[in-house]
Amino acid sequence: MHSERDLTVDYLARVEGEGAMYLKLQDDEVVDLQFKIFEPPRFFEALLAGRRFSEAPDITARICGICPIAYQTSACNAMEDAAGVEIPAQLQDLRRLIYCGEWIESHGLHVYFLHAPDFLGYAGGIEMAADFPDLVRNGLRLKKIGNHLMTVLGGREIHPVNVKVGGFFRVPTRSELDALVADLEWGLEAAVDTVRWVSEFPFPDFERDYEFVAVHHPDEYAIQRGRIVSNRGIDIGPGQWPDIFEEEHVEWSNALHARIKERGSYHVGPMARYSLNFEQLTSRAQAEAQRAGLGPTCTNPFRSVIVRAVELVFAFEEALRLIGSYRRPEAPAVEAHPRSSTGHGVSEAPRGILYHRYAMDGEGLIESAQIVPPTSQNQLSIEEDLRDYIPGRTHLSDETLQWQLEQAIRNYDPCISCATHFLDLSVERI
Amino acid sequence: MGRLVIGLGHPDRGDDAAGVLVARRLTSVPSVARSDCSDLMDLWEGEEDVTVVDAIRSGRLPGTVVRFDAIADRLPTRSFASSHSFGLAEIVELARAVHRLPARLDIYGIEGARFEVGSELSPQVASAVSTVIDELERAGA
Repeated sequence: MHSERDLTVDYLARVEGEGAMYLKLQDDEVVDLQFKIFEPPRFFEALLAGRRFSEAPDITARICGICPIAYQTSACNAMEDAAGVEIPAQLQDLRRLIYCGEWIESHGLHVYFLHAPDFLGYAGGIEMAADFPDLVRNGLRLKKIGNHLMTVLGGREIHPVNVKVGGFFRVPTRSELDALVADLEWGLEAAVDTVRWVSEFPFPDFERDYEFVAVHHPDEYAIQRGRIVSNRGIDIGPGQWPDIFEEEHVEWSNALHARIKERGSYHVGPMARYSLNFEQLTSRAQAEAQRAGLGPTCTNPFRSVIVRAVELVFAFEEALRLIGSYRRPEAPAVEAHPRSSTGHGVSEAPRGILYHRYAMDGEGLIESAQIVPPTSQNQLSIEEDLRDYIPGRTHLSDETLQWQLEQAIRNYDPCISCATHFLDLSVERI
Repeated sequence: MGRLVIGLGHPDRGDDAAGVLVARRLTSVPSVARSDCSDLMDLWEGEEDVTVVDAIRSGRLPGTVVRFDAIADRLPTRSFASSHSFGLAEIVELARAVHRLPARLDIYGIEGARFEVGSELSPQVASAVSTVIDELERAGA
C-alpha cells in the first residue's frame, strides 16, 4: 500500500519577500519539493534603468528594511568599480562600522526572535519572552544597539540616508562615536552570553557537504569588500561573477535561482563566512566558538545559530576596534565621475553575499542592473537540505515534520523569516 | 504627565492611513506618526499614558471604531495586520512579556475597507478619523 501526502505552505507573507513551501511525499520518498520565493529585485532592476548612478544606493536600500546597508554598500562598490574610484582606508573603516551595526541588528533579531524559539519549542519570540523575559530583553537591547549604530552613521536606522557613492554625505565626530562605546561594551559581553546560551540548544544530527561561497579579504574578516572564494577552488574578483555563476528561472517561482555554472547549488551566509574566513576572526570570537563546540568549519545548518552568535561577538569587537582607532576623515567622500562602463560590487549581507552589477553610459545613467540577493543564492541549498533531511524522518507527524522543515528553512535566515512563524500549512494524506 | 498619541499606518495605502491621519491632525495632544511599529517600546519609554491608533481589518463595518484597554486585555492578533515583521498586537504582547508596557495603554482600532497601495481613504473611515480626533482632543483638554 502506498501512502502519499502533501505538505503545502501556501503563503509566507512579509514585506521582505513572499514565499511558500510545497512538499509531496510517497512513502519515504520525496516526490516533489519546491521552496518558492517571490522576491522583488526584478522590479527594482527595471526601475533602476535610466536613473543616475548616484541614486542606486538609496533606491536599492529600499529592497530590504533589515539589510539596507548591504544594498547600499554593494551598490556603492559596483558604482565605484565602474567609475574607477578607490575608497580611502578611513572611509572603508566607516563603511565597515555601519555594516557592523547591520550585522548586530539583523543577527540579534534572528537569533533571539526567529531562530531560538524553534529550538526551545515556542511558537515565536513573544511566547518565549513570557518564560525568559530577561533574555529577550537582552536580545531587544542588542538589536537596538545595532540600530543605534546605524542611526549615528546612517542618519536613521531603517533605509539610512547618509551613504553615497564615494563615501558618506557627513562623517561622524569623535565624540559621537565615543558615545556608543559603553553600549557596545555591554553588547560584547551580552553576545558572549548569547553564544553560550545557544550552544546548549538541542541540534539534530545533520551534516551536509556544501560548497561554501563567501567574500574574502586578505586583511580582515570580510564584510564590506573583497574577492569571492569557495571551498572548491573559486577565487575571483567581483567582476567575474557572471563567468562563474548564473541565474536560472524555475517555473514555480518568480525569483531566479542562482547556481554555479555546470556545478549546481552553493551556500552563502554566516556558515560560509565562518568556514572560509575562520582564521580572521578575533581570538575571543574563535575561543567562544571553540567553547561552544564548533570547529574551524561548520556543516550542520542547524548550528548556524551558534555561528551567528559568534559573528555577533566579532561585530561588537570590530565596532569597538574601529571606533578606538577612528580619525575623522578630512573629506566625507571621494568624487566619483561617471564614465561609460560596467561595475560589479559584492559585500556580505547578514544572510550572505549580495552581488550588484550596473552598466552605465557616459552621462552616468544606468543602462542595466542586476541584483542577486543572498536568499536567492541559497534557494537551491535550502531545497537540498529539505530533501536530505526528510528520509528517515517520514514517520514523524505532519505537525512535527512541518516544524522541523520550517526550522531548516529558518537556518538560512531567509528574508521571509519574519513570516515563517505565521505559516498556514495544509496537509493532505492519500 | 500628559498623554502621547501614536498613529500607525501607511499614508499611501487607503484606509491604512487612518492612524497616521489622526496623529498628524491632532493639535492639543502630543502625537507621532509611524509607518511600522518596530520602535513602539522606545517611543513609549518613560510615558505613562499612551494611546495608539491603527487601522484594523476584523470584518466589522468600515469606519467602526473599536477601543481596547491593552493593559487589561490581550489584543486580537489577527485584526492588526502589518506588512512588516511585527504587527501592533505582537509588539504589545512582547512588551507585556518583558514588562515594558506603559501604565496605561489604550488602543483605537478603526475598521478599514481598502488597503491597496494608492487607494483613497474611504468616506466612512474619514469620518471615523474625525470622531477619534474629537474624542482625543476632548480627553486631552
